[in-house]
Amino acid sequence: MSIFQELTNRDRVFEFLAPAQSPVDVRHGPILYLEDVSVSFDGFKAINNLNLTIDDGELRCIIGPNGAGKTTMMDIITGKTRPDTGSVWFGSRHNLLTKSEPDIASLGVGRKFQKPTVFEALTVFENLELAMAADKRVFPTLTAQMKPEYRDRIDEVLALIGLKELRQAFAGILSHGQKQWLEIGMLLMQKPRLLLVDEPVAGMTEQEMERTAELLTSLAGKQSVVVVEHDMGFVRSIARKVTVLHQGSVLAEGSMDQVSSHPDVIKVYLGEEA
Amino acid sequence: MWLMRPLQERSTRIFLGVLFASLVIVSVLHVFMPQNSALYVSAYTVTLLGKYLCYALLAVAVDLVWGYLGILSLGHGAFFALGGYAMGMYLMRQIGDRGVYGDPVLPDFMVFLNWQELPWYWLGFDMAWFAFIMVLLAPGLLALVFGFLAFRSRVTGVYLSIITQALTFALMLAFFRNEMGFGGNNGLTDFKDILGFDLRTDATRLGLFIATGIALAIGYVICRGIVTSKLGRVSVACRDAEARTRFLGYRVERVQLFVFVVSAMLAGVAGALYVPQVGIINPSEFSPLFSIEVVVWVALGGRATLYGAVIGAILVNYGKTVFTGIMPDAWLFALGGLFVLVTVFLPKGIAGLLFRTKKADNTDKPPTAHEAIA
Repeated sequence: MSIFQELTNRDRVFEFLAPAQSPVDVRHGPILYLEDVSVSFDGFKAINNLNLTIDDGELRCIIGPNGAGKTTMMDIITGKTRPDTGSVWFGSRHNLLTKSEPDIASLGVGRKFQKPTVFEALTVFENLELAMAADKRVFPTLTAQMKPEYRDRIDEVLALIGLKELRQAFAGILSHGQKQWLEIGMLLMQKPRLLLVDEPVAGMTEQEMERTAELLTSLAGKQSVVVVEHDMGFVRSIARKVTVLHQGSVLAEGSMDQVSSHPDVIKVYLGEEA
Repeated sequence: MWLMRPLQERSTRIFLGVLFASLVIVSVLHVFMPQNSALYVSAYTVTLLGKYLCYALLAVAVDLVWGYLGILSLGHGAFFALGGYAMGMYLMRQIGDRGVYGDPVLPDFMVFLNWQELPWYWLGFDMAWFAFIMVLLAPGLLALVFGFLAFRSRVTGVYLSIITQALTFALMLAFFRNEMGFGGNNGLTDFKDILGFDLRTDATRLGLFIATGIALAIGYVICRGIVTSKLGRVSVACRDAEARTRFLGYRVERVQLFVFVVSAMLAGVAGALYVPQVGIINPSEFSPLFSIEVVVWVALGGRATLYGAVIGAILVNYGKTVFTGIMPDAWLFALGGLFVLVTVFLPKGIAGLLFRTKKADNTDKPPTAHEAIA
């Protein structure tokens, strides 16, 4: 009976009939929505009842001591780790827990790793070419041609990340800071709706840090950006809203000033006696 | 068109030029030189060279997956042998009633085993077109199923190598069994003719040699077309940073599966051309040792260059022919020693040595799509 009802329910759209690439629905505000997410590794709760909402166009910084679950959270959003409980939605239409990493990436979630990860055996230009938003199935990739508009787009990003002179250099010879920039450039090529950026300024000089801050703030508004960072000075320079994670759940949320005067945050960062 | 792109690059033109020149020279010397001349190339030598070219095609197939995709297959001999068996079955059916027992349908070994009728999987192999399709289909299908399971479970690195090794070993044991219907440990042999041409005549041997050369040229261009396409760069990306590639939106397991199946089919073609030239196919082609030897050829020649694989395969096998003639027992020691020396002193193989001077002016990299259009 229930199966019959299920099958004859006319309100329902079967999954195989729904368009595969329906747009991201942000009419209700949030672009990313995590509710009651928990995950444990061998009994250790890396994420514990985490609730987090990112609004469309927002620039959010996430801070927290080591082991607070920042990277695990990114793994869950990008489909690398499946949570034990909870739900993760991208807009109000896409349930990320049912999707694979490439699907989530093509929906518009771009991720920068903690350790800069670029393709060292390919040139800077080719790195950006591979990241470019395009049909990424096997046969379209085999027959793909480089078109002038693609080249323009790559040139645009090359200028933005300051690697124009190094376009034909192998990514392997880049300095640490340049690799970070290249990876950010690859994110931009993907034209994501949501950027997850894990420690973007690790190993950067003061000057490079400033430029990164400029770039990330200029992106907010058009794209939503989530930055995980240890460097408090950097966070202060870009943050409008900060979320503090501790032991896998949200400890405090608000502006940088609000958060840094929060008694629980002071306790976590400075120890019991403070 | 991705297949045309390699024809515009210099390295491919040089490769094809050298290959076709060699085919022509060998053919001319074989046909027009008097038998007592020093320059005469005997039919035996022609067949030997044809065998080397089959090995070269197999090495190119291995280099495609190992060099560009990072999958160290220690079981490519299985695909080679399957292609060989498909061809062998066709050649067996061509014998007809000229076998020792004179049975018009059953091959000799089936009569010997008292089989009454042809097993279902031998049906159709009397038709050349069917057999030639099976040459591609049998290894391709095995690679598809095996690769689907392995890549979906994200088995990589040394574990994958071990599984490929197990695959070819399992097939070897299976093909050794008489009940399998592939001639057991004797395999398939005593072939008479192919497409109506007598296999024992010099002209047919020369034809097979030339056909192998053309197959190698086509296989090389296909591989080169893949590695110079965007898909080739995605393959290198999968090889070096699999997780990153996935987060860019590429389905790594499908890229791996596609390239693996193409490689298996090329290996199958190499096996199919090998069998009529050596005149036998038996389960020893499935032996893990053979598959490992192929990897050594590629490593010696230079990984991720494709032409290096060809150089490696031909040189090592020439060395093997010479060496086993002088000191048969020492060959494996020589091969092992050579492998160690090359790995230590020439990490890029012979190809790296040949083109070392060119690297300085950055021409070692083939022009990519965007350069070709610019």
